[in-house]
Amino acid sequence: MAQPQDISTTVLGADEIILNMGPQHPATHGVLRVKLKLDGEKVIGSECIIGYLHRGVEKIGENRSYPQFAPYVDRTDYVAAVSNGLGYCEAVERLLGVEAPPRARWVRTILTELQRIASHLLWLGTHALDIGAITPVFYTFREREEILKIFEKYCGARLTTHAFRIGGLQYETYDGFEEDVKKFCRDFEEKVDEYGELLTENRIWVERTRNVGILTAQDAIDLGVTGPVLRGSGVRWDIRKAFPYAAYAQFEFDIPIGERGDTYDRYLVRMEEMRQARRIILQAVDSIPEGPILARVGKVIKPPPGEVYHSIEAPKGELGYYIVSDGTIQPYRLRIRPPSFINLEAFDKMVRGHLVADVVAIIGTLDIVLGEVDR
Amino acid sequence: MTDEQKKEEQKPASPEAAKPAAVAAKPPAKPAGPAPEPLDNEQVRRLRARFAATIGEATLDRKQAIVVVARERLRDICQYLRDEEKFDFLTDLTAVDWYDRSPRFHVVLNLYSFARNERLRLKVPVADSCPSVSGLWSTANWLERECFDMFGIVFEGHPSLKRILLPDEWKGHPLRKDYDILKQDTDWVRENLGIESGQ
Repeated sequence: MAQPQDISTTVLGADEIILNMGPQHPATHGVLRVKLKLDGEKVIGSECIIGYLHRGVEKIGENRSYPQFAPYVDRTDYVAAVSNGLGYCEAVERLLGVEAPPRARWVRTILTELQRIASHLLWLGTHALDIGAITPVFYTFREREEILKIFEKYCGARLTTHAFRIGGLQYETYDGFEEDVKKFCRDFEEKVDEYGELLTENRIWVERTRNVGILTAQDAIDLGVTGPVLRGSGVRWDIRKAFPYAAYAQFEFDIPIGERGDTYDRYLVRMEEMRQARRIILQAVDSIPEGPILARVGKVIKPPPGEVYHSIEAPKGELGYYIVSDGTIQPYRLRIRPPSFINLEAFDKMVRGHLVADVVAIIGTLDIVLGEVDR
Repeated sequence: MTDEQKKEEQKPASPEAAKPAAVAAKPPAKPAGPAPEPLDNEQVRRLRARFAATIGEATLDRKQAIVVVARERLRDICQYLRDEEKFDFLTDLTAVDWYDRSPRFHVVLNLYSFARNERLRLKVPVADSCPSVSGLWSTANWLERECFDMFGIVFEGHPSLKRILLPDEWKGHPLRKDYDILKQDTDWVRENLGIESGQ
């Protein structure tokens, strides 16, 4: 639609205007405020103002014991709590030098991939809604509900699940867990195609997303973006392959990438990721090993002094935990590397030269969660 | 510097040395757990050959490579690592407050190389300012702003160093160790939120 053109001159000699968008705006997915510098309807500059949801999560981490802090991480990226928990628990396990038992790793993989599908479904529904396609959101929430039901049956919570514990799992899978997961996967295959039928070749959708918010591979690396945004720009990189964690090394799956790095490519990448996640779940659910679900970590978790950086491929990108231990029961320093925060930094680069209407498409395609941006 | 290095080396050793006596009483002896060890590989040697004394201690902690570098040549070292050693991706930039040490802070850069599929962590001891690497990696722009916001470390050469998560007028840097968890800028809260306390 809007081709980036020379933006150095102001058409018709009109004055530039500053438009304020948010922090309360339905299309900013939370409390994001964007200041746009406009020439007519064209964006010639932007500034993101963030921090409205800052709760000092890292400071809280330094003042809680390791297990006490685990529920807090669910509240950073609150639409993918299971993934946050996996990253944190594995980081502390690495700091301790223990590994979760195989059964725990398999169940973790299944739940995390279900969470990836749930997160992408939420993204797809709201992203389409922002652009003007109202139908998909009803379908995607229907399927997301099925995943949340599995979470609820497993650990009693739907959103801020706190599903994992340091060293493995607290809960054994419930009776019928495998059947529920298989049933979801069986039904889900044609559901993804159904969303695709609504959007992939929909002329309005293609017009609104093709060539919008282009990010070249070089820019993507320079800007440090990760996850589907990086892959949409054609960089085949996924932490599940680069540094396998949980049980990912055991399963076969592909890493989809885009060609042009535009909003449409990122849409295709996330759609394919949902299919691949289903593939991983099906392989995992058929091969859950028997055995204990919790490694021996002791009642008091007191990692030896030292530090660790551990990251996982969360639905939004690379979610990393950098923990420095001084040998006490509390972390000396706990840093969360937030994918949404760093991906949002690319917003300015992507939005320049586009129309105001495309701004919501670009915010949507970055798939940010303000709880994680602001922490 | 040398004193500090010694302290770092001794630190992990001492609790383990103390452990066997305590553990001996209880039969299920726990493994001592991972500890940092010195690192000396090709890459570190190349760095040392090129940047001599500005490269400090190199360690391997939990199988992760960590190199301490001096702030004076940080930008040159980063440029070399980015262009010649192919560490083209800045994963994260943050800081740690060692309030009883001198210099007080460690700025921590987490680098990643797509070509080698390797990570490298640089630690830069700084007192209150550090050269900015935002000219090398655009991603450092916001990360350095966050670091400034939370720790008050000034990044020299940063294009627009201002607060990012906290309000611009906020006083204090919350992730410093001498900033209590219940502390806040009460004046700001009273003025802008019209309440006595945010607690």
